[in-house]
Formats: sequence, C-alpha cells, structure tokens
Amino acid sequence: MSAVIEPPIETIDKHLEELDTVTIRFAGDSGDGMQLTGTQFTNTSAIMGNDISTLPDFPAEIRAPAGSLPGVSGFQLNFSNHDIRTPGDQPNVLVAMNPAALKVNLPDLEEGGTLIINTDEFTKDNLEHAAYKSNPLEDGSLVGYRVHQLPISTLNRNALKGNVQLSRKEIDRSKNFFALGVLYWLYDRPLDSTLSWINSKFKKNPELVKANEVALKTGYNFAETTEVFTTHYTVKKAVIAPGRYRKITGNEATAIGMIAAGQLAGKQIIYCSYPITPASDILHALAAQKNFNVITFQAEDEIAAIGAAIGAAYAGALGVTSSSGPGVALKTEMLGLAIATELPIVVVDAQRAGPSTGMPTKAEQSDLFQAVHGRNADAPLAVLAAATASDCFDVAIEAVRIATKYMTPVILLSDAYLAHAAEPWRLPDASKLPRFPVHFRTDPAGFHPFVRDPVTLARAWAVPGTPQLEHRIGGLERDYDSGHISYDPDNHARMTKARADKIAGIANDIPLQNVSLGEDHGKLAVVGWGSTFGAIHQAVKIARDEGNDVAHIHVRYLSPFPRNLGDLLRRYDRVLVPEMNNGQLVKLLRAEYLVDAEGFSKVTGKPFRVTDIVQRIRGGAPPPSEGSGFGGEAG
Amino acid sequence: MTVTTITDAQLAPKDYASDQEVRWCPGCGDYAILKAVQKACADMGVVRERTVFVSGIGCAARFPYYMSTYGFHTVHGRAPAIATGIKLANPDLDVWVMTGDGDGLSIGGNHMLHVLRRNVDLKIILFNNEIYGLTKGQYSPTSRRGTRSPSTPLGSIENPVSACAFALGAGARFVARSIDTLQAHLIATLKRAQGHRGASFIEILQNCVVFNDAVFENITGKEVAPDAQVLVEHGKPLLFGKNKEKGLRLKPGKLELEIVPAAPDVLVHDETNRPLAQLLAALEPPFPVAMGVLYCNPATSYEREVVVGSGGSLDALLNGERTWEVVP
Repeated sequence: MSAVIEPPIETIDKHLEELDTVTIRFAGDSGDGMQLTGTQFTNTSAIMGNDISTLPDFPAEIRAPAGSLPGVSGFQLNFSNHDIRTPGDQPNVLVAMNPAALKVNLPDLEEGGTLIINTDEFTKDNLEHAAYKSNPLEDGSLVGYRVHQLPISTLNRNALKGNVQLSRKEIDRSKNFFALGVLYWLYDRPLDSTLSWINSKFKKNPELVKANEVALKTGYNFAETTEVFTTHYTVKKAVIAPGRYRKITGNEATAIGMIAAGQLAGKQIIYCSYPITPASDILHALAAQKNFNVITFQAEDEIAAIGAAIGAAYAGALGVTSSSGPGVALKTEMLGLAIATELPIVVVDAQRAGPSTGMPTKAEQSDLFQAVHGRNADAPLAVLAAATASDCFDVAIEAVRIATKYMTPVILLSDAYLAHAAEPWRLPDASKLPRFPVHFRTDPAGFHPFVRDPVTLARAWAVPGTPQLEHRIGGLERDYDSGHISYDPDNHARMTKARADKIAGIANDIPLQNVSLGEDHGKLAVVGWGSTFGAIHQAVKIARDEGNDVAHIHVRYLSPFPRNLGDLLRRYDRVLVPEMNNGQLVKLLRAEYLVDAEGFSKVTGKPFRVTDIVQRIRGGAPPPSEGSGFGGEAG
Repeated sequence: MTVTTITDAQLAPKDYASDQEVRWCPGCGDYAILKAVQKACADMGVVRERTVFVSGIGCAARFPYYMSTYGFHTVHGRAPAIATGIKLANPDLDVWVMTGDGDGLSIGGNHMLHVLRRNVDLKIILFNNEIYGLTKGQYSPTSRRGTRSPSTPLGSIENPVSACAFALGAGARFVARSIDTLQAHLIATLKRAQGHRGASFIEILQNCVVFNDAVFENITGKEVAPDAQVLVEHGKPLLFGKNKEKGLRLKPGKLELEIVPAAPDVLVHDETNRPLAQLLAALEPPFPVAMGVLYCNPATSYEREVVVGSGGSLDALLNGERTWEVVP
C-alpha cells in the first residue's frame, strides 16, 4: 500500500456517531512510546472537556527485549461525557503495535471491540517472540472483533521519506504519532494541543518536530480519507463542576501538596529520598521546584533518606521521605526513633505488589499492616491514605498538619496506580487553603524536651539554635517529667501509654467518617480505602440504580480511625471490604470493632474492575472460604 | 536563624558538661575524650545553643548526654545521615558526629562513606577501641587478625579496615588521628577539626579497659611511644624516635616509605598532599603509626552548595503547564 496523503478521488461517506464514553488501550513495545501517545490523547480529551481517567501499565524492565511479551507497555484511558471514576473495566478499542501487545491485551478487549493493528510488525520473528503458533491476522482468531489492519510503519516511512533528514530508525520512532493521528480522527479530536507539545518538546531539533508533526497529520488524514474507516465518533463535553482544571497524577499531586503544606505551615520542606519505583517521580517533581523553600536530598539508601528527614525535623524543618513497600521496610527502625523522640516527619509509601521486589510497577494495597503495625515494640503513628490522584494533594497537606501538630511521624499511603494514573483536577484557590502556622518553643521557663501540650499531648518543638533550651533526646526511654534517660518500669508504662494516647487523640481532630454514597444504615456497606475509591463508588452507584440497599464508605484515616467508624459500621447488616491485598483493613476493622466484616481480595497487580464489585454486591453472602478475606478472587 | 549569644567565649570546660552522671566504665578512654572535647570547646568559644552532638549506638554514642549543648542519640550507624539532615535544615549549626569502630565502620560504613564523599560540614570523631564494648566484647571491623573474642574464640580470621585510609578513600578532605591519652595532642587536633569547614574526620585510638585493655600498648606505651608514633605537622620533617633521630622518606624507585636516620632527605609533611596522606594513614608497626592531621585540603561543603530559593507562586505551581476552564 502506498501512502495516502492526497485527497481521494471519490468522496467517501463518513458517519459521525456520538458516544457517551470510550475506553482505549494503547499497547506496544516498551520503546514504542505508548505512555506518551496515551498521555497526549488524555491531554487533548481533558482540554476538550471530557472527564478522563487513565491507567498506565508498563513493565519494570526499562527496555525488555524488543517484541517480547514482558516488554509490552500499555496505557488505558477512559474519556466520557459524564462523571467517571475509573479508567474503564474493558477497553472498547485496542491499539496493538506488535504481536506481543496483541497477545497480552486481547483478552481484556470487550466482545466485538475495535482492534487497530500495525501489521508491519507481524513478522515471523515477532510472532515467534510473542509465542504465536500461527499468525492471528490470518488464522481467524480475531473473528468477532472489528479489525483494522494498517501497515503503520510503512505508511509512516513513506510519508516521511525525503521529507526529513532522519535515519530510518529515527523515522520509525515517530510511528506512534501516526497511530495517534488515526485515533484523533476516529474520535474527532483536534490536533493543536499535541502539535504545540511537539513544538515545545523537540524545539532543539527541527527535524524531529517536522517528523512527528507530519506523522500525526498523515495519520489523521489517512484515517479521514481511507476506506478502512467509514465511521468516526465523538464524545461530547462532560457536565462537570465549573472551574479551572488541570490534569494531574498522584505523584504530581503529592509533590505539589508537600510544597503547599510547607507554605501553609510556614516551614521549609526537606525531602529526602532514595529512588524506587513507583515513588521516584515525587523526588523529581520536587527537585525541579527550587523557588518554594524546598530542599531535595537524594540519600545513599532508604535508611539515610529517613535519617536525614528526621535530622531535618529535629533542626526545625518538615522532614519528608518517600518510598515503596520494600524501602519502607528498611526505614522501620528509624520510624521507631521518630516515634520515640516525637519528631514530625511524613513518609510517603507508594505501594506496589510484593513481598520483596514483587512486581515493582504494579499496584497493590498490601502495606497497610506494615504502616499501622510494622515496627518493633508498641510504636503507634498516624496513617492516611489517598483515594484518588488529586486527593494526594489534600492528604499530603493533612499529613503535614497532623505531623506538626502532634509531633509524630505520619505515613501517607498511595500506590502504583494512583502514582501514575491521571485525572482532571479542579484547582483549589491557593489563597483559601487553610494555614496552620507551626511555632517553635523559645521560652525556657518550665522547659524540658518532653513537656506536653495538655490537649494534643504533643511535646514542644525546641530546635537547636535556641538559647537556653539546650537538651538531649534519643532512642533510650526518657522520664515523663524531665526527659532524662529513664529505665524506671512505671515510667516506661506511662510513656508507652502517653505515646498511644497522643495518636489515639488525633481522632478528635479529624472529620467524622462520612458515607460517600448511600444511606448511613442499611443492608450492606462496601468499605474501602485508598485507590479503590473509583471502582467501589461506580459499583455502588450501579448497584443502587438496580435497587440494592448498599452504601459506599471510604476510609481516609487508617490510624487512628475516625471515632464514629465503629458505630457507623454497626448500622449495616453486612460490611464488605474490597482490598487489593489478602485482607488487611478487614482484619483491622474486625479487631477494632468486633464487626463481622467480609473480605474481598484482588491481588493481581491490577485495580478492581467495577464489574468485579457489582457482581459481589449482587451475589449476596460470600462462600464460607472467603469470609475472613483469605482466598478471594484471583481476578 | 538569629540567636542572642550568651558570653560563651568565657565558658570553662566544665560549662560544656551536662548535669547527667557519666556512666562509662571506670578507666575508660572515653572520659579522656570527653574532657578533651570540653576543653577544645572552651578554648574555641563554642556556642552551646548552636552546637549539636549526634551519635549512633555504642559506648561512644552516649557522648551527647554528657554535653550541655544540643544532643541527639540516634540509631546504630546512622548518625551521619541524621547529622546531614540537621545541616541541611540549618547550615549555621556546629554539628559533631560521635561514633565508634562498630557504629561508624560496620553497621554505618555506608553512611560514613557518603557523608565524607559529600563533604558535609561535620566533625566526625571515631572512637576506635577495636572491639564491641556495649555488647560485651565481640571483635569489630578494626580488630586485628587473630583477635580472640566471644564470637571469635579461635581468633578473628578477618582483615581489619584502617579508619583513616577508609576516610581518605571516601574522599574526606580532613583526616586526622590521635590518642585518648595524648591530651594536648588530642585537644589541638580537635581544635583543628573545629576550625575546618567541611567533613573533618578524626580517628581516636581509645582504650577499652574491660574488653580490649592495652590493645594499643604497642603504640601508646610510654616506653615504646617515641619509636612507635610519628607526630606529623604540616611543613615539618617526618621525624620520630626519642631524640627525633629517625625519619621517613620515599624509598628510591618505589612508592613506599622507609625509615632512615634523620637526614636532609627526610620527607617534609604536606597536609594538602593526598598521596602522602594515604601512605601515612597506612603505616602500621613496625613502622611508626602516624598521629596528627594527615590531610587537610578544604573545599566548599555540601550544604553550602545546596540551592534554595523562595518567592515561587503557589498559584502558578498549581496551574502546572496547562489548564482549562469549565464554564457553567
């Protein structure tokens, strides 16, 4: 086939159909630029006024062998003319740039879904790499799907050959823009946002600007003129709350939230971290912001990272560190020191599938026990979890507020899904964010380092540099009344209680647990935490529309729990707890409140689908083996 | 931070002592080090409220409790990390890390490497007694081969690390060695470190009277000391012996030192010369052990190079690269 750039001789009748919501998955080799392609489609759709939700899904390997199954990188995006909460259960459209991408992703495509396939990559070698015994384009295995076979690489090469001073390899690198152009026509998107992005991204290399521009436009024109497509679609603006919006991921929101928190507290943020997937982007984002009184420190290891954060807090800054499960495990002893010396730090845990290295780029919520209980001795601290990407902003600020007001470490739980997932965010008015100025102790009268505020039980924050408050603190147990080292048995019991009471008292300073959707009593409460918010919310909405008596409760404060949580849960006949782990919140709720909560586990490294939860709600009582949260579904 | 300074310039050594009872074993070398540090502080007019002693775990790590300055007794091996955070938050503080051979070179070896490499402005005092004292006498990373201990009843089969050679290898820009009992020398060395900007590393040979008594006797014993130590001084020839009758020079044609009678070709100590410092740091019996400032070659310290700005607009930050308006 030759490049089709000229207008066709005959006019092809093209229909424009309106859809409410579409889920597209872009899939290709990890070097094919699928994350970039998906992100561009997302940006354009967001700016057009659709509601959006995305799910990047990429391998841990930076460049797995080309064409191999482990090297497949995907980006799923749901865009809609109404309010959506999830990246979509099943793609309606799959763009497969090679056989491996088709093999990995086809099982997820909806029945009768649309397939756009780059046929150029379906070579004998690539089919073998993908463990295909016969060519799926020829053996009838794609019957039942709407298949569009396009020689994308060839079309793109023909369009660019002679047009740009680039090698064939460089030309091939722009083929994702050709594919994007096809999708832009197919879903009636304007090109301007991506064109301006290309111009600013590659401004140092005019040949690359040209290549990517031509690829994008040629893809668009090709789709418009070729007979391959007879119909294209439009998804109108969503009716969403008026205001100024941007697109944001969880990691971006966490970074911005930390900066805002520093400004609201009137203190310097010192962010100390060791690179780890999927938390590293927060370090990158903060390192790029030098004008907000933020210092970033890339430490030699996880322990040094939290150590420096503790040192910073001791000297009067807001010490923040971040990691994922295995790294937080390394920080455990230091968390004990921060608890013992009562210093305000925040630890961000972007959870991933484990144990050990596990699946570094895949999401799980399995660090809840580690966050709440994972330390030697009785070592309570505050734990919060973000529910959505943009919620990471609010939770970051809340974590700093609690840390400084109560002089305690706070763990903020996010996960690999929230870290990279994008959604539109209605921007808050920066001038209206509530300030919480933090003050140091300067008065020597009656001072000792563990003198407590009678209400919060927080100790005084007295920082080096302050005259006449010189004092020594450390990990050894200290006397309640003087702060000096003490091995007195009764004093240790008293200090253990003081540490526990201080954290428990935070429950008086946080909002009561609300019901996200539905009544505050009834037959069934679906209780979630963290990134399952969207899927649970949507599922409960569907189930309620079907007439089920069900409510959605989402817990942000996991230690301590809101003080009404137990009473609230007791007002339902059943409590169902979907979690991306083997049953952790469900056990905490059962232990804390003696409620007969049922677990519902998904541990596949992928978020819950809405239908998973809807079916479970419809299904009534679970089989006995699932009662305690063990087993659960394999997903 | 603005601080009103009480007249610390006139403070005596005892003013740097806290009201806490010192609980090291009677006869421990740590007492002498505590005394020397308090004297050095007094001599240098150290401002108590601007000074922080940070430690990890071990006998030496109790040090901060006995000073009237700020102090932080932290986690085993991790004092350099915590001290780094303190300096990042407030570069004007005078921060000391008090550590030992186990704390600083075993469990905390990694942090020691990186804090020296980064050149954070800290005084790092490593009490080397070649033994784990607080856990009752196991061999340490500086214990010599053959050291018998509860965990090496047949004698250690490990090669020891040389603290000063390690520090130089890590890129330290101030490396010195002294001895607990050599008070005047120790105080002078501490004062040099206190005046140095950047990471300053001092190894102090310290006698553990309970678990490793007299382990340094072959270096520090009154009778042997003149022949077993060479006190190095910048610009002075490397002479030793009772009557300074012996000297060190480069062996002709080799990159190693040799002992020769005092003569004009004896090497003159140049503390800015890293290769010389490395040769000196590695000397061990039958050579004299080098005491004093082996290397001092200052460079801008880490925390002074950290860029911090202010005045950023939170609104602009929230907006990010691109926003759009949704109108009712």
